[in-house]
Amino acid sequence: MVPALDVRDLRVHFLLDEGTVRAVDGVSFSVEPGKTLGIVGESGSGKSVIGQSILRIVPSPGKIVRGEILLRMENGQGEPTQLDMAQIESHGRLARSIRGKEIAMIFQEPMNSFSPVHTVGSQIVEALRLHADVSPQEARNRTVEMLKKVGIPQPEHRIGAYPHELSGGMRQRAMIAMALVCNPRILIADEPTTALDVTIQAQIIDLLKKLQEEFGMAILFISHNLGVISEISHEVLVVYFGRVMEHAPVDVLFREALHPYTKALLRSVPGIDTPVRSHLATIEGTLPDPYANIPGCPFFGRCMECEGRTVCRDDPYSLTKVGPRHFVACPRICVADFA
Amino acid sequence: MSETEVLLELTDVKKHFPIRKGVFKKVVAHVKAVDGVNFTIRPGETVGLVGESGCGKSTVGRMIMGAYRPTAGHIWFKPDGKQRTDIASAEPSEIRALRPYVQMVFQDPFASLNPRMTIREILAEPLVVNKVVRGRALEDRIRELVELVGLKIQHLGRYPHAFSGGQRQRISIARALALYPRLLVADEPTSALDVSVQAQIVNLALEIQDRIGLAYLFISHDLGLVRHFSKRIVLMYVGKIVEYAPAEPLFNRPLHPYTEALMSNVPTTRPELVGRRIILKGEPADPINPPAGCPFHPRCNYAQEICSTVVPELREIEPGHLSACHFAESLNLTGCDALGCAI
Ligand SMILES: Nc1ncnc2c1ncn2[C@@H]1O[C@H](COP(=O)(O)OP(=O)(O)OP(=O)(O)O)[C@@H](O)[C@H]1O
Ligand SMILES: Nc1ncnc2c1ncn2[C@@H]1O[C@H](COP(=O)(O)OP(=O)(O)OP(=O)(O)O)[C@@H](O)[C@H]1O
Ligand SMILES: [Mg+2]
Ligand SMILES: [Mg+2]
Repeated sequence: MVPALDVRDLRVHFLLDEGTVRAVDGVSFSVEPGKTLGIVGESGSGKSVIGQSILRIVPSPGKIVRGEILLRMENGQGEPTQLDMAQIESHGRLARSIRGKEIAMIFQEPMNSFSPVHTVGSQIVEALRLHADVSPQEARNRTVEMLKKVGIPQPEHRIGAYPHELSGGMRQRAMIAMALVCNPRILIADEPTTALDVTIQAQIIDLLKKLQEEFGMAILFISHNLGVISEISHEVLVVYFGRVMEHAPVDVLFREALHPYTKALLRSVPGIDTPVRSHLATIEGTLPDPYANIPGCPFFGRCMECEGRTVCRDDPYSLTKVGPRHFVACPRICVADFA
Repeated sequence: MSETEVLLELTDVKKHFPIRKGVFKKVVAHVKAVDGVNFTIRPGETVGLVGESGCGKSTVGRMIMGAYRPTAGHIWFKPDGKQRTDIASAEPSEIRALRPYVQMVFQDPFASLNPRMTIREILAEPLVVNKVVRGRALEDRIRELVELVGLKIQHLGRYPHAFSGGQRQRISIARALALYPRLLVADEPTSALDVSVQAQIVNLALEIQDRIGLAYLFISHDLGLVRHFSKRIVLMYVGKIVEYAPAEPLFNRPLHPYTEALMSNVPTTRPELVGRRIILKGEPADPINPPAGCPFHPRCNYAQEICSTVVPELREIEPGHLSACHFAESLNLTGCDALGCAI
């Protein structure tokens, strides 16, 4: 099957005066229609920039310097074709017609994605009318209906609220409604449920799964909440310093993670067996210097398993297949003569 | 520090926001964001504030900061153990004088940092405005703060937009700690952080608490973290407290159906543990038009007739354990472990 989205060797760099930030540095993945790919990883590892590249809204001075972002389209005969989003004009008509309609994004920063001077409702209505040929009344009805689906109480009243009049979680739900109202084929959800309590979070996850079943929506779900990732994803991508460290089916990742970074992440969450107020496991050290260009494993120096072996520092980064749909970038696991 | 000493005390605090309509901006209704809340925070302890999205948690935080003036009630604050001030009725100058003692870290790190200031300027501002340190000592304190939250000295000259969400949240935490406050209102402080950084911040917060006796009001949707971190927990539902208890009794033997429903829905990476998930019927309550009787009754699986007519009082059911459910004694709700909640 032609995937809904096929990203190959994506590289997005920020050219700053002080140096080049390799925010995304050779990332590949694909998502089938109706499936969810979860993305987890260190704060600053490039997750949001991956999402922004797909929509072609990377802020300057960021540039896609290499790679393909193949979006599944249909030609006149209903046969699948692929459009390389990396090649199109980011401000052009084509890009604008795809954004919001074919691919929608729920942004990490709710305050920045609504204009403070217009009501939330009018902004959703406008987004809808931009892409769908509907009457103002119809657009309003669909907006109210969508706000109801995401769990905003009394949407007929709330539709007239300004962003600052809503709680953090309501703004987040309004943004989810705005992203879903045009029925996109691909949804990029960047930390979409951080401000929601667990009952509403469960409701949103349910809603996304339903839309997926009904319309075959493909989802890229970025989150730090491993529980949520585990419940919504089919596969998970673990990124670190702009690179994929591990890519696995969800049950494999949470039961048999192989990469030392993935394992360290999983250990950091307080669980049933963690005594209260005890010291939580952390990952020693910090991300490498943002301007560094690291040929080997970017986790070198923080890794508790390689014991400083030079092969980890020097062996060029590569992702190796270790099982069905399971890939790892760790020399300890993948280099034959690792000693 | 005696057990009975109180740093902050809220008594019957309310905040109603007017909703205006039409050309004359006539007030047509009120959002009862916070509707009669009582709780205390003792020096050096953590109180967790949990509840449905939109139930008034951030509004409580903002009132404690003096950013919103309560519609009714008192917020007594006693930063030095001697003199107490009612933040609810304090003059702006009094609130300014309290500023070093009570700080807040916000939910949305994107909205709370001035985009036109460098990180160095952002961290220097509270220190300079409150005349804490100058010159060489100022630079030292800034560096100390940056290292405290795990950022790099090289970052100081950059502007907020050049940081990821988690990095920005660390900056706001550093800024809040700059003045050695007595109380930190932390509104979803770690929801933008990856779990390893979150663990660092939690460790840091516990360490600071042990070292300088800092108290926290910890607002969070992450029940696992709340359990790890808090001594006592306040659970809110549409503007009211529905359960108020020390952490362990609350998690082991909840006395309000909303608490039970919350615990049963905690997402987990261990699907084998998941037991019964309590699905709440209907839609979230609306603070503009809260349900009559118990605000939770339209969604409650145990509701009976009295629940839709009589407002339940928040009552002490067991020593120190309060619930606002008519049937708190008889329901026998399921606790966290029995629900298979993996926290
Ligand atoms: N406008 C910008 N200018 C300079 N650098 C930037 C800009 N936007 C992002 N970056 C850098 O790109 C890297 C990746 O950022 P990104 O926002 O994708 O991280 P993230 O994985 O989404 O983190 P988080 O989990 O904290 O949201 C970071 O090092 C960040 O500093
Ligand atoms: N400035 C305001 N004007 C009008 N209504 C407001 C204002 N601020 C908050 N509200 C309303 O008050 C209620 C409580 O909001 P608050 O932000 O305190 O909720 P919260 O518990 O922090 O929710 P979340 O978990 O989603 O952050 C909401 O219904 C919100 O719409
Ligand atoms: Mg991000
Ligand atoms: Mg809030």
